[in-house]
Amino acid sequence: MTTPEAASGGRFPLKGATPADRQSRIRGVRLGALVLNGLGAFALLAAMGFFAPKWLTYLITMSAANALVSLGIVCLMRGGVVPFGQGMVFAIGGYAAALLYNKLGFTDAVGLVLAGGVAATLVALPFAPLLARYRGIFFAMLTLALSMVTYGLGMKLEVLGGSDGFNVGRATLFGWRPPDAHVGYVLYLLTVAVATAMAMLARVYFDSTRGLVTLATRDNELRVEYLGGSVRQAMTINFLIAASCGGVGGALVVLSLGHIEPQFSYWTTSGEFVFVAILAGWQSVAAVFVASTVLEVVRSFSSRYFPDTWQLALGLFLLFVIRFLPRGLGSLWIRKGGK
Amino acid sequence: MQGAVTILIDGLTYASWLFIVALGLTLVFGVLKILNIAHGSFYALGAYAAASFVAWGASLRWAPAFSLVAMLLAAVAVAALVAPLTERALLRFFYGRDEVLLVLVTYAMFLILEDVTKLIWGTNPHYVSEPYGLFGSVDVGQQTYVGYDFSLLALALTVGVAVWWGLNRTRHGKIVLAVIHSAEVASSMGVNVSRVYMLAFTAGIFLAALGGAFTAPMISVSPGISVGVIIVSFAVVIIGGLGSIEGAAIGALIVGLARSLAVHLAPVAELFSIYIVMAIVLMFRPEGLFQRIQARKI
Repeated sequence: MTTPEAASGGRFPLKGATPADRQSRIRGVRLGALVLNGLGAFALLAAMGFFAPKWLTYLITMSAANALVSLGIVCLMRGGVVPFGQGMVFAIGGYAAALLYNKLGFTDAVGLVLAGGVAATLVALPFAPLLARYRGIFFAMLTLALSMVTYGLGMKLEVLGGSDGFNVGRATLFGWRPPDAHVGYVLYLLTVAVATAMAMLARVYFDSTRGLVTLATRDNELRVEYLGGSVRQAMTINFLIAASCGGVGGALVVLSLGHIEPQFSYWTTSGEFVFVAILAGWQSVAAVFVASTVLEVVRSFSSRYFPDTWQLALGLFLLFVIRFLPRGLGSLWIRKGGK
Repeated sequence: MQGAVTILIDGLTYASWLFIVALGLTLVFGVLKILNIAHGSFYALGAYAAASFVAWGASLRWAPAFSLVAMLLAAVAVAALVAPLTERALLRFFYGRDEVLLVLVTYAMFLILEDVTKLIWGTNPHYVSEPYGLFGSVDVGQQTYVGYDFSLLALALTVGVAVWWGLNRTRHGKIVLAVIHSAEVASSMGVNVSRVYMLAFTAGIFLAALGGAFTAPMISVSPGISVGVIIVSFAVVIIGGLGSIEGAAIGALIVGLARSLAVHLAPVAELFSIYIVMAIVLMFRPEGLFQRIQARKI
């Protein structure tokens, strides 16, 4: 992290102010810059999407929606644990949106996305305090087990459409039904807006007291406890936040893709989300979205130009990243910040 | 009663090949501290190699009994060719890194091997029917079982005893145990740790390939077999405790029986019975059944 003075661009003479004053100024500056960055990014993407070809807006929609799931993983990764079953919340968000649409006839896109996030959080709620006790490989494997149970349920339950899943029709936006020509762009705007908002919230959370406790946990858990922080509470809340991110991501993907199936919860899907999180590293929020886009691009291009060996390409790419960019893409532009 | 016997025998058959594969996984974890996702890919390689070797043996008009030797040779070939190569050219560079990151390295290996297998053997299923009839059939009560299934149980027992004896009763085994305990101290005592790593990895991969080769006659060898095996053998070693031979045996038995109970009594639960058992075990024994609890670093 940069020093407060540097963050304010040296415009505010911080020396000599009272500590509380300093704190509020720093927060104000950071928050202002953050909101400006977020709005700027949204405006840029919205304008770009208007002129971009359809395949590109679709690719970015998918990347941004998937990135939200990985953002949840990063949130946990900052505390030193990596979930290998984030496909579970992704699928639950997707299924919640799809069921609301098909069974209850609720078609509002914003409502469906919110419902996806809420449903995933509610399902994660009973597991969060349990999982907060586990670390390392055991945390990874337990979350993986949960996602595979979800996969099994998806395959077997009639109400969830069995192994084929089901299709989801076109969503409306505040009662307005977008015409054929613009539906892709509307969903793109929605996804980009939600993603930007969540990215900004994530940054605020990461810099909050609990966010910093999480970061300290990564370094030394016992020390955090001796200092009076509750590691377990931080882990529980991080897990719930990750679940809500995953649920929102799942709902957004289902709206654009128009389809959901149990494969959403399969461990290879979860593996791809972890892949993006590792590629991004835990330092930068923007890196998660960049990494997700990189994965989508690599996937689309390699499945188009060498369809039989795209997994091989992906594997080599992953090895390359782990070998030469161990702290992820984010470390390219955030130099300092922990070891 | 008949139902219970059927469940028991099905469970034991499933547990026996699973034990062989999981033993390899737990051995690699114990020595190298790597939870190897690509383990399932080596299982698949073993199965494919067995299909090729048995077909090759048949074309040379070997006696059917030699198909067992062909399967064994297939496992040896996979272990001798692929394992040292992946360990030396790839894994070596990542030792000592965060264990979850290592999982991801092996995930990349899994992705690569998956496509390599398809490139070599194509996407059509292969069948290895020859060895399946070698042991005739066995009647238990009113049910008839294929003798091959029981031979698998014998193989699992042999492998388990051999690995235990090799580790605990031989000089090389003691060296491996020393490396497991502390690679640094072992190294300062003059042990060539990187050689031990390579050999242990090769032995683990051999067990995966052996499991694959000897289950090949019971399944259709097609793309996708690796994926299922990985997750199930993970469950086994997690239940038993990572790095423990007894744990792998008990874990395999628990998973085998849970699965066959689910298949016979509640088919809906077949897909996730294993994970529920794993979750229950972890809830009460977070480190697995046979793992000592480790102190946290201050």
